[in-house]
Amino acid sequence: MSVIYVLWLRELKRYIRSRAQIVASLGQPLLYLVALGFGLGPVFQKAGQGNYVQFVAPGIIAMTVLFSSIFSGMGLLWDRQFGFLKETLVAPVPRVEVMLGKVLGAATVAMIQGLLVAIVCFIAGFRVVDVKAVPAALLFMGLIACLFSALGTAIGSAIENIQGFQLVMNFLVMPIFFLSGALFPLSNLPGVLSVVTRLDPLAYGVDGLRTTLIGISHFGLAADLSVLVVITTILLFTGSYLFSKIQA
Amino acid sequence: MIQVKNLVKKFGEFTAVDHISFEVGRGEIFAFLGPNGAGKTTTIKMLTTLLRPTSGTLEIDGLDPGAHPNEVRKRFGIVFQDPSLDGDMTAWENMEIHGVFYHVPRKVRVERTEQLLRLFELWERRNDQVKLFSGGMKRRLEIARGLLHTPKILFLDEPTLGLDPQTRNQLWTHVKYLNQTEGVTVFLTTHYMDEAERVAQRIAIIDHGKIVAEGSPEELKRQTGKESLEDAFLVLTGSTVREESATNADQMRQMAKMWGNRR
Repeated sequence: MSVIYVLWLRELKRYIRSRAQIVASLGQPLLYLVALGFGLGPVFQKAGQGNYVQFVAPGIIAMTVLFSSIFSGMGLLWDRQFGFLKETLVAPVPRVEVMLGKVLGAATVAMIQGLLVAIVCFIAGFRVVDVKAVPAALLFMGLIACLFSALGTAIGSAIENIQGFQLVMNFLVMPIFFLSGALFPLSNLPGVLSVVTRLDPLAYGVDGLRTTLIGISHFGLAADLSVLVVITTILLFTGSYLFSKIQA
Repeated sequence: MIQVKNLVKKFGEFTAVDHISFEVGRGEIFAFLGPNGAGKTTTIKMLTTLLRPTSGTLEIDGLDPGAHPNEVRKRFGIVFQDPSLDGDMTAWENMEIHGVFYHVPRKVRVERTEQLLRLFELWERRNDQVKLFSGGMKRRLEIARGLLHTPKILFLDEPTLGLDPQTRNQLWTHVKYLNQTEGVTVFLTTHYMDEAERVAQRIAIIDHGKIVAEGSPEELKRQTGKESLEDAFLVLTGSTVREESATNADQMRQMAKMWGNRR
């Protein structure tokens, strides 16, 4: 068994064993879907934009993947706190492998969460426009998951304590979510906002999902794909660098 | 096997380890003793690639931990002072992950895991998550895990803290056995002077980051004119109790408790 594999498996086992957490983490996306999806539906319809549940579902799926992957990646902080990190740091294995195991595990967990929410969306009335595009949508989910798992791991390597967690949540994760266009269309935004949304990596993930799932595109698939791949690669390198520098 | 020259570690203004030098020979059992906060764990962290020294040189089996961390990591095993188990995994899985980390072949891993879990009386509970274990059981598992692979050097940082006499006896018997049969070099710290006296061939006493005495248990007793190592230790390090500030990790643990974390 390789190091990457056992650490990947570890993330998966931890996820499966925390059933309460699985249910709890589905609550938030469900709330967004029901409250916003059905609450804003009539307004959205009147504005001539069509069915809001249909529009917002890819955004909610992206949100789930974002939260799940970034928090799993930051699970490094808990490993540090409960001491398991030390065990991995003194092990005679390249730290890159430890980091990759963590990132892939976190990404897999995020994918599962995303799929569960996709099923919930389907039950709520969401329909995919073209079934043939589903594999492409899964690819985008995977990219979002890898990107933010790498980001979470990088952050978890750089900050040392849990207090920093709240800061990251308020000043990074929430803005990434709200400015990604998960909840509203990115067209015809005021100047500053349209610039900021362009800088948000999740915007390209949401756009990719929306394009593949419901056929509405803002940046275009080529742009979505290349931005996500490039940023994921950069973050993986940054993450492994920061992880290799950890001292305990 | 271990060579340390003029080793210094500063945390900001505070000097945790202050120009210490010592050597541990191949196959030796060496005890590093000192009051709380004397710099024992900091020294071990530097030897085990977890911290980089401020200045001075280190050599493990002829290798510098700063320059060749992975080569050095292949040569030692460690039982940490603080917990380092994964509470969500079972005892068996903790052993398994460790075995994979240290490239122990599958067959050997399975055999030794069973042998060690039986030795430390954890076999019946092998499929239980570690977070359900008592303090003593966790400690035993840490030790069993540290012994899963056969390293050239074994670091034991207060391994017997909170263990009952039976388990302590098991541990030291096993450590001595490894030392004699496999020639494992042992570097240990402990607060139990009787253990140090019983197991260690050589002892260094560290206080306020400096080594204040070094020699065999007999030499230290002779040097101070005391009957027991405990008295010799008190003469060398004084009898005042040390203030220790809470470490970052302790603070985090408190925060986690406050937030009602599930572990």
